[in-house]
Amino acid sequence: MFSGYSIADLSSIFVMQGFAGLSLFSVFVLMSLGLAIIFGQMGVINMAHGEFMILGAYVTWLTELFFKNYLPGLFGGYFFVAVALAFIAAALLGMLIERVLIRHLYHRPLDTLLATWGLSLILQQTYRTVFGPREVGVDLPSWLMGSYHFGDNIEIPINGVFVMFLTLIITLMLGWLMYRSAWGINVRAVVANRAMAGAVGINTARVDNHSFALGCGIAGIAGSAFTMISSTGPTAGQQYIVDTFLVVVFGGAQSLIGTIASAFAISQSQSTLEFFLSGSMAKVLTLLIVVVILMLRPQGLFASRIRR
Amino acid sequence: MMLTTQRATAEGLRTNPGLRRGGTSKASRYFRLPLLAAALIAASHFTPVFAAVPATAAVDSTGLAVTDSTVKVGILHSSTGTMAISETGSIQAEKLAIDQINQAGGVLGRKVEYIQEDGASDWPTFAEKAKKLLVSDKVAAIFGGWTSASRKAMLPVLEQYNGMLYYPTFYEGLEQSPDVIYTGQEATQQIIAGIDWVVKNKHAKTFYLLGSDYIWPRTANKIARHHIEKLGLKVIGEDYYPLGNTQFNSVINKIKLKKPDVIYAIVVGGSNVAFYKQLKAAGIDMTKEKPLLLTISVTEDEIRGIGGENIVGAYASMKYFESMDNPANKAFVAAFKQKWGNDIVIGDVTQAAYLGPWLWKAAVEKAGSFDIDKVRAASPGIEMKNAPEGYVRIHENHHLWSKTVIGRARADGQYDVIYQTPQLIEPNPFPKD
Repeated sequence: MFSGYSIADLSSIFVMQGFAGLSLFSVFVLMSLGLAIIFGQMGVINMAHGEFMILGAYVTWLTELFFKNYLPGLFGGYFFVAVALAFIAAALLGMLIERVLIRHLYHRPLDTLLATWGLSLILQQTYRTVFGPREVGVDLPSWLMGSYHFGDNIEIPINGVFVMFLTLIITLMLGWLMYRSAWGINVRAVVANRAMAGAVGINTARVDNHSFALGCGIAGIAGSAFTMISSTGPTAGQQYIVDTFLVVVFGGAQSLIGTIASAFAISQSQSTLEFFLSGSMAKVLTLLIVVVILMLRPQGLFASRIRR
Repeated sequence: MMLTTQRATAEGLRTNPGLRRGGTSKASRYFRLPLLAAALIAASHFTPVFAAVPATAAVDSTGLAVTDSTVKVGILHSSTGTMAISETGSIQAEKLAIDQINQAGGVLGRKVEYIQEDGASDWPTFAEKAKKLLVSDKVAAIFGGWTSASRKAMLPVLEQYNGMLYYPTFYEGLEQSPDVIYTGQEATQQIIAGIDWVVKNKHAKTFYLLGSDYIWPRTANKIARHHIEKLGLKVIGEDYYPLGNTQFNSVINKIKLKKPDVIYAIVVGGSNVAFYKQLKAAGIDMTKEKPLLLTISVTEDEIRGIGGENIVGAYASMKYFESMDNPANKAFVAAFKQKWGNDIVIGDVTQAAYLGPWLWKAAVEKAGSFDIDKVRAASPGIEMKNAPEGYVRIHENHHLWSKTVIGRARADGQYDVIYQTPQLIEPNPFPKD
């Protein structure tokens, strides 16, 4: 398929395609990190993960409206405020949901599946009632639009770069929190052995509550970032849920490194295949590869060795 | 626009043939006679009878929900679930039309009352609710459906219980039911005029076809490819992405590599938003028309989600734009905004939904009866001279003769009308090679 194109054309396309792969990678990482905590660390099958993302998206939209109407001078910076607010809103909702719903179901994983699925329907209908059934458009500040030009043909979308940096920062912060902070030690202790963690004085109920809230908060940030690249509507969260679970399960449920490696593997194979095949076929092949690997290695790419 | 190929199981709907309307089963006759008698007595003794209002018995011989002063119709769209985003406009348009009809004196002197049901974006639910509207509520017409899947699910019910559906969406064609009036365009009407226009006016030679992966875009692109190749031009790429896909960077790169003259895009739903945002971010400026983008799936409604600045410069071919400049459309837009709010936009399907009640009214008045069979017989040839889109007429195949319009997206989310076919285009739901 490459006959008839100049070397310059081809090399610029390869650069852009490489960027497309990286950008898909950062999208996958961002949407999966929250679930990696909730499903991976806590074992809660959270079907409402996409709806927490959309909460972040709506918060971003509201922030945009607020800045546009009341603080037009600061419009260029609204996105940073929106990301922070999205985290707070989603984390607070997560905290509440954990308190009233999830904590009663920790020993019944299949029931959490049903309960959170119900929750996702309730949230969708709530968004529809509050914000209306139509999609809303989130305007970006001008510095986030357009692309960087390199040479004649290479154009790198600015918002893609922004999502990448955001993903990098969130990942580093989360890594620090989980592996370098006292709170992270508590979380990992509860995951490794709940009874023993309780016995040494860790308030496991509180750790659970905060972990769930953190996972939801990160989902909110993801939703906020995705207003730049896709739609914001009551049911838009459904677009992400399958891919999100795929990444987390494929990576090995207990491992953050696994989630990142799996996001990388899936995004690279998908974007490469998409270039040579039709989009639907690329998806089919990617899923097929994942299924085969999971058959050979049911625990996922990186399974942490813990005592259950 | 069909969203999945899922079909409703019609089992369980086919078990009660005695209920078929206009049939001669004992049950229906048994119930009808006392009702008729009661209606006649009521008409002659208790209500003032105007000369202009024909007696109920004369306008309803099959036991529909018609009284001396009212007639019931059904509105059946999704007000919850994924499709609520698209179907809300249709509900609003149909309610507006019914309001206006009532203000103008109703149909055959009777006030139109609607029963609204929710299809909930679930195709078997559409079948169930259609059955409820026909069997329990005995509505004289149903205005509803949006996705092809919902229409296909309702078809067996409509045919079994003899109903009449006014279906508003532009769709893939390949269908013609005696129980449906299709007020949107079928695929050939929408596609061929658009391609002819870019070939003639923009000297397009090469096309890149792109769509969401389900029946409507695939069928539409098949028709488009056939027509493009018949003109001796080339399709240099064809790509489909799953519904709800949000990453289009790879295909955008392919488009950049292959440099087509025209991107022919039939992406739907949330994918639409992702596609145009990423196209813009990748530096493809559609106002420069290199390449030019032509779509048949983005109405003003979709642009609200996409954002005008992300799609400015794209061309769309359909039969109606809110900005169309004629007195009937101005009145329609003003009435719509007065009823539903100023910040609302009106897309192609919304306008087509608005035609439904009016076309039904005209057919009923021509037939002089609400009977489904008589309305069906009266429908072909019904015209609407002052539709917002202009003049339309019902064809023998139950689709509408209509003109196709090319619009160009503006940054404020509206379209500029660039071109309108001079002649009405004949609906051709079963195109031959």
